[in-house]
Amino acid sequence: MREVARMVGVLTLVCVLAALALAKVYDLTEEPIREAKRQELLRAVGAVLPAFDNAPDADAREVDGVTYYPGRKVGELVGVAFPVRSNEGYSGTIEALVGVDPTGRVTGVVVLAHAETPGLGAKAADPGFLAQFNGRSLDDARWAVKKDGGDFDQITGATITPRAIVAAIRTGLERYRAAKPRMDVFGDQ
Amino acid sequence: MSLARQFWNGIASDNPVFRLVLGMCPTLAVTTEAVNGIGMGLATTFVLLCSNAVVSLIRSVIPAKVRIPAYIVVIAAFVTVVDLVMNAYAHDLHKALGVFIPLIVVNCVILGRAEAFASRNGVAASVADGLGMGLGFTLSLTLLGSVREVLGNGTLFGASLFGASYQPLIVMILPPGAFITLGLLLAGINRVGARES
Repeated sequence: MREVARMVGVLTLVCVLAALALAKVYDLTEEPIREAKRQELLRAVGAVLPAFDNAPDADAREVDGVTYYPGRKVGELVGVAFPVRSNEGYSGTIEALVGVDPTGRVTGVVVLAHAETPGLGAKAADPGFLAQFNGRSLDDARWAVKKDGGDFDQITGATITPRAIVAAIRTGLERYRAAKPRMDVFGDQ
Repeated sequence: MSLARQFWNGIASDNPVFRLVLGMCPTLAVTTEAVNGIGMGLATTFVLLCSNAVVSLIRSVIPAKVRIPAYIVVIAAFVTVVDLVMNAYAHDLHKALGVFIPLIVVNCVILGRAEAFASRNGVAASVADGLGMGLGFTLSLTLLGSVREVLGNGTLFGASLFGASYQPLIVMILPPGAFITLGLLLAGINRVGARES
């Protein structure tokens, strides 16, 4: 009996001490982690929008579960960035951030996370591939890869990933068009 | 055995990857790039150093029957510390290593050293052992990562080596490349070892 009590006591003590130490570390790193995530988001927003001088994350609005990050320069809207995602890729979820200018033309796309095959589907995350979307809008392009009768390049040996990305961007643009009238803060465009 | 000797053991004669062949899961999984190898190796070294020190300190008060759960709690606590600190201050590396950071808990090098060494030796020797084993692990992962990155991507630590005309051997950064590289390195090291003895 004494042996059992000692085992329980020692193990409990070890767990309590570990929990206390972890609570302290969690406390200390909570703010830096939030800041690191914020910087990561701002870097991505900066990559897809023209130069802005506001804080897009502070001005963000959520409509139908999608967060829209407006970029403004001297008070004037220069573009809106929003996340898109697809489960239609070769493996896992593809997440990207799309930027559009006030007329609905794409100003930039960056892939935030993917698990596509290195050397094949992963090439669709390269800036060279993603640049083909710049300047296109919902109405002036057929939003599919060339193989499916659309306007966008696929990648040799990997059609599934580009197809997923093109579809994700199109869905994102359609959602944005539907959401735009309900976002008064974005001004009168 | 002297402390310096203990330290060298982990790097050379008892190298966890090339001699003991322990901790293969992170070894094979994260070594697609040299920098991932260094990051994973240093994270493991920190955990190994701290868990060896603490296990050695508390070894006389832990009842033998609950020693494994107690060690695991100590190890898991240090791994969580690494996870949080990396997420805060090395965010991109943390993203690249992903789930393999929390999985350091089940890296058998760490529990292996706690059980086989730290629970039977003093703090100074355990720290030397942890440091040596950790750095041996780091060097091995960095070597594997370098070979795979150079062949599979044409870069080393992100710097391009051969220019744009190089056609990378993509299989080297895919899972089979990990086995091929590890196998060839093991064979080479065994060959050298056999010649010496």
